[in-house]
Amino acid sequence: MSAFGRLMHDGPRPGEPLRALAASGQLGYGIPEPALRAGLARKPHFIGCDMGSIDVGPYYLGSGRMATSEVITRRDLRLVLNGALDAGTPLIIGTAGTAGAAPHLDRTLEIVRSIAAEDELSFKLAVIRADIPRHFLKQMVEAGRTRPLGRIAALGAETVDGASHIVGQMGVEAFVRAMETEPDVIIAGRACDTAIFAAVPTVLGYPIAASMHMAKIIECTSICCVPGGRDAMLGTLEGDAFALESMNPGRRATPLSVAAHSLYEQADPLTVYEPEGVLTLDEARFEAIDDRRTRVDGARWQPARVSTIKIEGAEWVGERAVCLAGSCDPRVIENQAQITAGVRAIVSDIVPPTDDAGYELFFHVYGTGAIDLFDGRHAAAADEVFFLIECVASTADLARAVVGVAKQYLLHYGFEGRLSTGGNIAFPFTPAELAAQSAYRFSIYHTTECDDLAGIFPVESERVT
Amino acid sequence: MRLVDVARVVRSKNAGPLTVTVDLMFPERQAYETAAASPKLTARAVARLYGLPADTVKVIAFPPALAIKIVMDRPIVAGSPGDRDVYGAQQHKPLLELEL
Repeated sequence: MSAFGRLMHDGPRPGEPLRALAASGQLGYGIPEPALRAGLARKPHFIGCDMGSIDVGPYYLGSGRMATSEVITRRDLRLVLNGALDAGTPLIIGTAGTAGAAPHLDRTLEIVRSIAAEDELSFKLAVIRADIPRHFLKQMVEAGRTRPLGRIAALGAETVDGASHIVGQMGVEAFVRAMETEPDVIIAGRACDTAIFAAVPTVLGYPIAASMHMAKIIECTSICCVPGGRDAMLGTLEGDAFALESMNPGRRATPLSVAAHSLYEQADPLTVYEPEGVLTLDEARFEAIDDRRTRVDGARWQPARVSTIKIEGAEWVGERAVCLAGSCDPRVIENQAQITAGVRAIVSDIVPPTDDAGYELFFHVYGTGAIDLFDGRHAAAADEVFFLIECVASTADLARAVVGVAKQYLLHYGFEGRLSTGGNIAFPFTPAELAAQSAYRFSIYHTTECDDLAGIFPVESERVT
Repeated sequence: MRLVDVARVVRSKNAGPLTVTVDLMFPERQAYETAAASPKLTARAVARLYGLPADTVKVIAFPPALAIKIVMDRPIVAGSPGDRDVYGAQQHKPLLELEL
């Protein structure tokens, strides 16, 4: 019988402890091996790994590339695959390959198949895809069933067609369908971090509120501890309560550290929106079991009337080139705003943007408040400033041309009171202009209602040998 | 009393690509309650500090963690051309000088 087959037939039931091992919150950056081994020794009923994030920006979803390196991704996948298969423990990996679209999932599967061949592993795999069909999404737009998730334009057919990849965050439902095929390993495209860890308890009949709350905390492994870290985390669910313990003995899950984790990357610490409902934490209780374990209960769950999925899409906006330089000349620093405005005007004369050959030019002048997203304040005067000249243009050649002109005129720009006639800026190396790959932006960060989750998140089965 | 003298953590981070949040965490209840009651940490006061319209800022107290969360719309979607902080991890500075 397969690992998930055994779990579903003979696994624990509410009242009995269900042990969930969160092996990684970002597979591919290097799983600490001692804590993973310590976790496996606790005989978890399943192992979950999150492999993705939207935090890394739109490039990865847009381009179809992974944020993690091939070599570390392969190392981490090898550790969890071998660890799970040796022990006969079910393994779930969510948001494969950083963004969880088809190219990310397919690349992850290629690596997994190649590890299986090298290590002579044989197992049944269930794959869940998360690519949102454009025709489906346009129907939902037409029917008024999509909604922006904040300050972003309402969705239209043009935006749907313009995105290079569109994914939806699958919930528990998709993982339950995958488990019903009785695999050993489940690898999913874009998935809610929580669903990876809440699906098994849900299918075994554990209360959904506690399952979701535990999933929400352990999906980041030991980040909920003091000191926080990336070591494997064990969640033990009994009924309406669960216990948390880091698999690194140096990390303590305290009531305060666990409660504080509710804030992490959440807009609202009291309310967590999931495809199947809403988790409310205003009555959650956190109690110390001992100095490094905490017991949690009190979460409440309100099921949704209609399934809603969060969708993400990224579109290509151009090719990027940058130039790196610095200045320590007080008069250049004092006049930087006037100088960069002057250089911008010259660039516009020499390389006029057209409809066919458009570009955007940015001067990030570090040391003058270049990091602030918000207006209303100013950085203190700096002794040195750093000029990051950035151009996003319709072609890589145009981006490089624009940056090259900007660089040269910044170097030699004349201004009232200038002493530095040898050059206004210092280059750490040449060429100072660098091609910086394709630029993307998130064009879709919305929700859509969905009447056919099985059609949107299809499960495929294969035997890997 | 300055916020940095009583807070244990003052950090910022995106919560999705459209929102940036600042978390203020305190080592003990007294400090948390002083901050939570401060007129300098109302949504209106924080909006003024960041140069934002008051209705785009939320301040949420979370007593179980002795923490306060500030939620702001990002002026630009994370990672779009023109962004300055893709992760939103360096937007906490105005609060470092805050007198409670």
